[in-house]
Amino acid sequence: MLYFSKIKIISIILLTLIISFFTFSNFFKFGENDFQRNINLGLDLQGGSYLLLEVDNKPIINQKLQTKLIEIKKAVKENNFIITNISLKDEIIVLETNDDLEKVIKFFDDDKSEINPYYPQFKSHQFDITNIENKINLKFSEYGLVLIKNATLDQAIEIVRRRVDDLGTNEPNIVKRGNDRILVELPGLDDPDRIKSLLGKTANLTFQFVSQSIEETFGNEKLVYEDNPDRSETVSKRIILSGENLIDAKPSMNNQTNETVVVFNLDRVGSKKFGKATSKGVGRQLAIILDNKIISAPTISEAIIGGSGQITGDFTFQTATDLALLLRSGALPAPLNIIEERTVGPDLGKDSIKAGILSLIIGFILVVMFMIYKYKLFGLIANLALITNLILLIGILSIFEATLTLPGIAGIILTVGMAVDANVLIFERIKEEIKIEKNKLVAFDSGYTKSRTTILDANITTLIAAVILFFMGSGPVKGFSVTLGVGILTTLFTVYFIARLFTSLYIIKNKNKEIRI
Amino acid sequence: MKEIYFNKFLKSFNIFSIVLIIISILFLVIKGLNYGVDFKGGALIEIRSNDKNISISNIRDVFNKMSLEGVSVKSFGNEIDFIIKFQTDNLNSKTFIKEIKNNVEKSFGNSVDFRRVENVGPKVSSELLRSGIIAIGLSLFAMLVYIWVRFEWQFSVGAIYAIFHDVIITLGIFSVLSLEINLSIVAAILTIVGYSMNDTVVIYDRVRDNLKRFADIKIFDLTNISINETLSRTIITSITTLLALLSIFIFGGEILKGFSLAMILGVVFGTYSSIYIACPILVKLNVSQKTIVKEEK
Repeated sequence: MLYFSKIKIISIILLTLIISFFTFSNFFKFGENDFQRNINLGLDLQGGSYLLLEVDNKPIINQKLQTKLIEIKKAVKENNFIITNISLKDEIIVLETNDDLEKVIKFFDDDKSEINPYYPQFKSHQFDITNIENKINLKFSEYGLVLIKNATLDQAIEIVRRRVDDLGTNEPNIVKRGNDRILVELPGLDDPDRIKSLLGKTANLTFQFVSQSIEETFGNEKLVYEDNPDRSETVSKRIILSGENLIDAKPSMNNQTNETVVVFNLDRVGSKKFGKATSKGVGRQLAIILDNKIISAPTISEAIIGGSGQITGDFTFQTATDLALLLRSGALPAPLNIIEERTVGPDLGKDSIKAGILSLIIGFILVVMFMIYKYKLFGLIANLALITNLILLIGILSIFEATLTLPGIAGIILTVGMAVDANVLIFERIKEEIKIEKNKLVAFDSGYTKSRTTILDANITTLIAAVILFFMGSGPVKGFSVTLGVGILTTLFTVYFIARLFTSLYIIKNKNKEIRI
Repeated sequence: MKEIYFNKFLKSFNIFSIVLIIISILFLVIKGLNYGVDFKGGALIEIRSNDKNISISNIRDVFNKMSLEGVSVKSFGNEIDFIIKFQTDNLNSKTFIKEIKNNVEKSFGNSVDFRRVENVGPKVSSELLRSGIIAIGLSLFAMLVYIWVRFEWQFSVGAIYAIFHDVIITLGIFSVLSLEINLSIVAAILTIVGYSMNDTVVIYDRVRDNLKRFADIKIFDLTNISINETLSRTIITSITTLLALLSIFIFGGEILKGFSLAMILGVVFGTYSSIYIACPILVKLNVSQKTIVKEEK
């Protein structure tokens, strides 16, 4: 175990140097290239916001079921089934039939039927069919639900990205979690209130006329004002124009009234629709509605044909900017709820870094001093391995651009404390071997050999814990498992290559002298 | 080093451990654990006041006026940092943190900084708790399997009992002292599992070696020899690990206090248990030279 070939020594030194290069690349700027790899600081160290959003799929599932209900009614008519009752309740479509039970079930079971739109593609039904007496219950199958959720999530994440990007946040990280969650990480942001309120809005914009008479063909609905829930207006359910037709929106100043307004531009279809409606409705009040709340309901003074218009309201420049941003980014397919939020201010982050580094330095010095006290010269060798260990650990974290968190720093300190264990095991074993073996070289060699399985067993158990933590843990805790796990690997490397190399060089040089350990 | 006759104290330490485990379980069942927002849900706000005149009762008054549920205000490590926790189950408002900020500003002006805000919904917190429990269970199972593969089932039983002992007592102390259980404590417990295992494996390796070396020594004395042979390593490693942990505990800031305390307890009990729990089990399970020979075949 003590012999090293030249080529081995060179490889060890080379590998160590290459990895440590990346350790120091954290402190120098090489510009944007492959050699510039830095450890990322976690949100708990650099400050920032972590938001977990959950898509509320209920409305969209109900909406899909409504559409399906209409399809089914049509199909029932076409096939002349005798259905006594058809209803939708609690996300279940119920068909009641006395005579055509089998025929209807067969119709829904049929893979080629248009009621199973994606059977040919995915070999799966959209609905689960259960049958109790004369009732047939249709419920979205698990697969059907997953498809809806995934489609909604894809749309939602796109809108979230647009809104966050539009705010000009610094390097945001937006990723899917499961099939109904979006994780938004916003480094450096210490006040997420604005982004939260922007993400919390569906931003469904519609233009609807305020009803003049009770008998409106499309029916009426009573809506309240955004800024004053006590004030309300009865508006027609007919939607003149929706946000889909909007191509741009920005805040602006109305020169005549000196009010802040939001100016918008419409696409061709939108312009046409808007022009027609406004020319017919001169003198009527047109309500501008966002998420079922009226922003304002100005009276149309003349037809608006150019395809652009403005939204008035009691805006400040800030609220007008936000509204314009929401309109530009488009409506979310479903409401989003913030189910987890963690925000760390930049000051606390800096304090944490300071405390982390201080405890790392002190912990390191304590361990190093103890090792020198305990093993003298061999303590120095163990300490050399320990320093290399630290440099390699940080280097590897940099190469993979891993995220360092506060618990991650704790993991590094813990690695310092536990890394010497392998060398201690070896040294203690060598002590025992020296008692029974006269030849120093043999004693050292068997000390290394005999302690090897123990060291492997001991480190693998800790590695198992780290791996499990990596897969089950979240956020900062994951950072801990990364440093702990990588730390075990660098420990084994430094103990078996660095420390052993120095030990062997020393022993071979002094084989005839008295060696104390 | 002089040989220490560890097994002399076996009986008394056995009773000591069992009593500690029973007390811990009683506390865990009756008093339970003090879960933080990670596992209980709710909101946590850390604030720092720049005005020395603001006392904890001032802050308590302001937050109590805000009609929040289950408000608790505690100082956090020093006189200017405070942690405020409250339940958010009945809060429908998405902007409640903003409202709180406005309220605080109204009372204290600009002299209070919001350093940290955590808000965990009930769904997320129950998921986090579940995955924490699964992670600990999974790691115990993985250790059990690993030792079983590398040694014999008797060793596996001993190692798991030792880990169980360390984890239960650590949690028991957290329950007695009402210390907060959060995500980092789960990380600490997993590390304790790894560490305690590490310690036990080193001694077990030696026991196995010695079973092969000495054909005529009974397991009872053999464990004593093995413990003695590895004793200086056990102590030195515990010391270096504790030095590192103490450094985190003292200098690492308030956020890592609970984590490092759990680890310190775990290391102390882990060292103790590998000597007084893991080895006696081998004796109880009648491990002998035959057990190992069977393995060799």
